Amino acid sequence: MILFEVFIGGILLGGMYGLIALGLNLQYGVARILNLSYGEFFLGGAFTAFFTIMLWKLNPMLSVFISIPIAFAMSWLIYQYMMIPLVRRSPDQDALDADVVLVTFGLFFVFQGLALVNWSGDLRGYSFLSVPVNVLGATVALNRLVAFLGACALAAAIFLVLRYTRVGAALRAITIDPVAAGLVGINVRRFSALTFAAGGALAATSGMLVSTFISFSATSGVEYTLKALIVVIMAGVGRVTGTLAAGILLGVVESLGGYLIDPSLTIAINFGLFILILLVRPTGLFTRA
Amino acid sequence: MALGAIILALLPMYASNYVISIFIVLFANVALATAWAFFSGATRYISLATASFFGIGIYVLAIAHVYVPVPVALAAAAIVGFLVAAVVGLSTLRLRGVYFVVFTFGLTELIHQIINWWEINVNKTTSRYIFTDVPNVNIYETLLVIALITIVGSWYVSKIRLGFALRAIGEDETVARHSGINTTRVKVLCFALSASVMSLVGAVLALRYPYIDASIAFNNSWSFQVLIAALLGGAGRAWGPAVGAVPLVLLSDLLAGSFPHHFSIALGLCFVVIVYFLPGGVTRLILRLYHAWWAEQTKTRTH
Amino acid sequence: MAGREQIILSIRGLRKAFGGLVAARDISFDIPRGRIFGLIGPNGSGKTTVLNLITAEFAADSGSVLFEGKEILGLQSFQVCRSKIARTFQLVRVLPHMTTRENVMLGRMFGSEPASPSHATREADQLLERVGMAGKADMFAAQLTYIDQKRIELARALATKPELLLLDEWLAGLNPTELRIGIDLISRIRGEGVTIVMIEHVMEAIRALCDHCVVLNAGEKIAEGSPQSVLSDPEVMHAYLGVDDAAA
Repeated sequence: MILFEVFIGGILLGGMYGLIALGLNLQYGVARILNLSYGEFFLGGAFTAFFTIMLWKLNPMLSVFISIPIAFAMSWLIYQYMMIPLVRRSPDQDALDADVVLVTFGLFFVFQGLALVNWSGDLRGYSFLSVPVNVLGATVALNRLVAFLGACALAAAIFLVLRYTRVGAALRAITIDPVAAGLVGINVRRFSALTFAAGGALAATSGMLVSTFISFSATSGVEYTLKALIVVIMAGVGRVTGTLAAGILLGVVESLGGYLIDPSLTIAINFGLFILILLVRPTGLFTRA
Repeated sequence: MALGAIILALLPMYASNYVISIFIVLFANVALATAWAFFSGATRYISLATASFFGIGIYVLAIAHVYVPVPVALAAAAIVGFLVAAVVGLSTLRLRGVYFVVFTFGLTELIHQIINWWEINVNKTTSRYIFTDVPNVNIYETLLVIALITIVGSWYVSKIRLGFALRAIGEDETVARHSGINTTRVKVLCFALSASVMSLVGAVLALRYPYIDASIAFNNSWSFQVLIAALLGGAGRAWGPAVGAVPLVLLSDLLAGSFPHHFSIALGLCFVVIVYFLPGGVTRLILRLYHAWWAEQTKTRTH
Repeated sequence: MAGREQIILSIRGLRKAFGGLVAARDISFDIPRGRIFGLIGPNGSGKTTVLNLITAEFAADSGSVLFEGKEILGLQSFQVCRSKIARTFQLVRVLPHMTTRENVMLGRMFGSEPASPSHATREADQLLERVGMAGKADMFAAQLTYIDQKRIELARALATKPELLLLDEWLAGLNPTELRIGIDLISRIRGEGVTIVMIEHVMEAIRALCDHCVVLNAGEKIAEGSPQSVLSDPEVMHAYLGVDDAAA
């Protein structure tokens, strides 16, 4: 029975991981930027939610009205003024990856430093909707369920946009072949910038959702960047449909592993899964070989 | 350079403990940065895992020095670093560079968590004491030797076949493969060599700490500082990272103690600047100026 | 004829699919030693795929490739090179930040007869003379023209001391003078005993150099024989030009 509860908990958590990874997958799949500072945007959303409820006594979900515009704008600016020069001067994707990794690694340090200066390294958490509910016979916290449903809704929205709108078709084209997309008249730069910004906004949103049930500190960003990276690589770069599923896989494995082995070894379990996938199917679980 | 080495070797006799301490940190950074550039500079496989191997060195020393003499513990640190890097390399270096980078990005956190768990659950402790009394001067001399050997070693390798193989991998790995280079073996070997130097440096520095725990040992800042030193100085020449390490250590001495987070921010910005404005690092700038100056000299002489 | 000559490379049932696209389907042919062998066909017919399968850039789904009697499918690229099979690339690949000489030295140092850098330097200079690049030995490869880059790519391949040389559209994009020089160079390489496989679209070169040809279309072999016979084969013309144009 407990195992089943852990399993359900893993699915709920995994849905969140899927959402977190979705933003990064958009950034890497469309804009081709591997953003190592991604987790810091996540953290921004979490901290904004924290202050919204602690300082202003408002529903933390309202914090997205602040964190989404800020995350969107900052990400857009970063792409426009920091990433585009790199894209322009790189002869191929590997060279671009090298440059981007270095710059975003630097940004990660800058953002984390700022977070530590302003908010110190203390652990933050708050209580919101932490009432138990019954899901398929398992008892879970309402906040986790709400977060999961939010994640599913967002993922579904993104999927629909990509599948059925013109913008979505353009984004999918850019993901497959940016050069060809440009040749058929798609403004690759503009879409890449907007998608990159949207990725940042998604990060902040998922930060808000996760903050309702997990505590965090100014140094937690790295952990979520890592999880997002692992899920993206497992799902296959640019594959939005697989991201949610890969996230759920990670969530389930982490929860079951944490329960069966040890809860303080989550990163080790994440990496274990990561290595396994890399060795067996490096192109991603859901790509057709 | 030999003259400089002799001067540095004799310095401790005349300098204060404070100066010796700064040089210790400097030599450590020089060795780390040179080791990093040895692999990542040539092959363009960016390793963000310097802190992992550095920390492994610290931990091996902390555990081993209780049972064996310090020199043996140091050797053990280097060996463990080599082995861990070989395992990591074999699993990730066969794939595209981006997977390697992502993996090294998380490696420090991974090892940190594992050791934390092991210490708490198996050893029922969080910190370890280091019961040695090695004088600062010895540490100074040891690190000086390590730094020199790393620089000379890096220079030497660049002149033999292995160095060519490394550079070819960084330029175009497909060409390297089809020209007869066993790219996986070269990458894993060189990655492991650079990691063993990093572990050795960590082990030597650990002798200065009264005690250590996983958070002290595994700190991403080391990965970052070393990256900056190497890129600032120029990862293309054996002596480049050494040049870059100097301003970094001076800056860190000024800021890191009082304003560690501001130091982080400053480093991050400095880093971003390097990538955009100094892709070859300071050495390339120096060399360009030097060649321009030399061209001027030869021109005036022929007239 | 085929029975009397020695076969240096024997391909049987080679197959490679990328997802739903079958790039090579049951390809079989023999390459006689010491000859120049043409591999032709319209774009996308699988010619470069065959080269990539031989040199282990991709793993074949099934089939067998025997080089001098030994199976080489399953070897890694560097092992194929060390087994004395060299190649050039369709889009020329040089090491941009290394000098012309160093580019060629690479082949000599790591090819089928490994050598030290000093030894490789001397031989690299000799090879550069042969391909007409002696004066540019110290230039960075990125600074060279496209044609010059092709030349050093060839020199690098030769530096590995191959017995089988695979050229992927090496003569593409040359003006008539350069073409004649290139054809002459390839002919002289054959004269030294190296077996050559050429993927080419330049029909003049095929007719001038090749003893034997195989034509691919959509991943399958559709014709084999001397250049004269395959180039007048109606099915080959159909493949290149389309039914209506071929009939015209």
